Amino acid sequence: MKFKPKIVPLGDSAVLVQLGSEIDILTNQRIHALAALVNKSSLEGLIETVPAYVTLLVHYDPLNLSFVQVKDYLREKMAQIYDNESRKPNRVEIPVRYGGEYGVDLESVARHCQLQMEDVIRIHSQKTYTVFMMGFTPGFPYMGKLDEAIVTPRRETPRTRVPAGTVAIAGSQTGIYPIDSPGGWQLIGWTSLQLFNLESETPFLFSPGDEVKFMVEK
Amino acid sequence: MSLEVIDVSGLATIQDRGRKGWRQFGVPSSGPMDVFAFHAANILAGNPRECAVVEIGLGDVTFQTMQDCVIAVTGMGYKLSVYIWDFSLWSSFFVRAGWKFTFNKTDNGMWAYLAVSGGFQTQPMLGSRSTYLHGHFGGLEGRQLQAGDVIRTGTLSHLSYELAARTFPEEKRPAYTQNPTIDVIMGPQTNYFTDESVETSLSSEYSVSLTSDRMGYRLEGPALIYRNKTELISEGMTFGTIQVPPSGQPIVMMADCPTTGGYPKIGVVASADVPLLAQCVPNKSRIRFRETTVAKAQEKYRDLIQGLNKIVESD
Repeated sequence: MKFKPKIVPLGDSAVLVQLGSEIDILTNQRIHALAALVNKSSLEGLIETVPAYVTLLVHYDPLNLSFVQVKDYLREKMAQIYDNESRKPNRVEIPVRYGGEYGVDLESVARHCQLQMEDVIRIHSQKTYTVFMMGFTPGFPYMGKLDEAIVTPRRETPRTRVPAGTVAIAGSQTGIYPIDSPGGWQLIGWTSLQLFNLESETPFLFSPGDEVKFMVEK
Repeated sequence: MSLEVIDVSGLATIQDRGRKGWRQFGVPSSGPMDVFAFHAANILAGNPRECAVVEIGLGDVTFQTMQDCVIAVTGMGYKLSVYIWDFSLWSSFFVRAGWKFTFNKTDNGMWAYLAVSGGFQTQPMLGSRSTYLHGHFGGLEGRQLQAGDVIRTGTLSHLSYELAARTFPEEKRPAYTQNPTIDVIMGPQTNYFTDESVETSLSSEYSVSLTSDRMGYRLEGPALIYRNKTELISEGMTFGTIQVPPSGQPIVMMADCPTTGGYPKIGVVASADVPLLAQCVPNKSRIRFRETTVAKAQEKYRDLIQGLNKIVESD
């Protein structure tokens, strides 16, 4: 069934564009293609965009623009998505130490999936993932989709502190905790790369839409 | 030029207009809870209207000036004691070097704003001086102000005494009241709720829970029930968005709210009425919601901001 795109207001200062009703890579790529088009624009009053799995939220200033103006503008940009879809996403490689003190849930994930820990590592690190969206804490990438074989629900009780750099999975998604924070995902590894650095010219390692590959570090 | 923090029993943070362009990375905009009072403080102090100010809530805060300066105070829920005198908010004052002044909490609101001529000059982070408490950055070392802090202020070529002793006219302020009726634009997931719940949300009284903070105001009142057990895929949200978790008790997203959320959104508070909601007192204010349209909400917001412009023109 084909999904009919929707453009609806979220209050008086944002517009929500919805391009699908299920999490899949193609829909999400179209969201990022649209975000790239809107972010390039010079329309006065457009503030910023927030891409998510199947939606793009466009924040605007109601002192400059009306809902109808933003809606018309977005319709025009949506017609250009297909030309913009072929753009090459950034590719980021992440060295990961799996298991042990770095990934305390690797064993229970393997048990849940009825696999050996080595299999979980191999399966998690062989696929290239898409950063569907960022949120939760500054710089947290929601990535997917995981191979069905290692899909594991989140923990029943979240941990109060997950260290920065921890690689985790939940459902069909994988992510990395950018800063020490509470967290309910299954912790399977750790990377020494910094995902969020305020001192840097480019404070975030990832951008929404990036492609990510995990590299096993012994 | 600088200002010293002498004593803090409340929550005092540096805030400017907030961060722009970083929400796609998961960074909230932050900024003032009451954007109108924030702009008004800067205008009274003779600053560009987006300068950094101190936002004060929850308890008393005392400052001491290190040199002669003009300050402006706005907002609700406080009175100002300067030296031996008490003053109400929405005014500017000339303050002598060494004088102490205190924001004393009253029970008719939540947030007050202190602007100083020249603005507060902390280190901007991601393009803004706003404090983001959960991220531990922005403002002064990413934290709330504490006794002993010295905040640098902008240097003025000359102190403009005419800025002092001005009052922001009451009729140009938002219609602050203890029990406001708040305009809401329904959607985008109003259809996730039963018809009775939509009706209930627009006909019942809600209060603000004590567990509310700069991230969100938790409302207490009749529960709003989902029609089905449909899951929402996480998506972006704004300051003012009313999310409803499975408990049925709505949460209004405020200045430090996450950039995305996964609970159905029954509606969004109109921008012009966000200051009224922000100033509601937990366990005391009784809030009602009224449906409006995007076009009407935008017109109301433009009128409100237009009022600020007129103050500037009359200078």
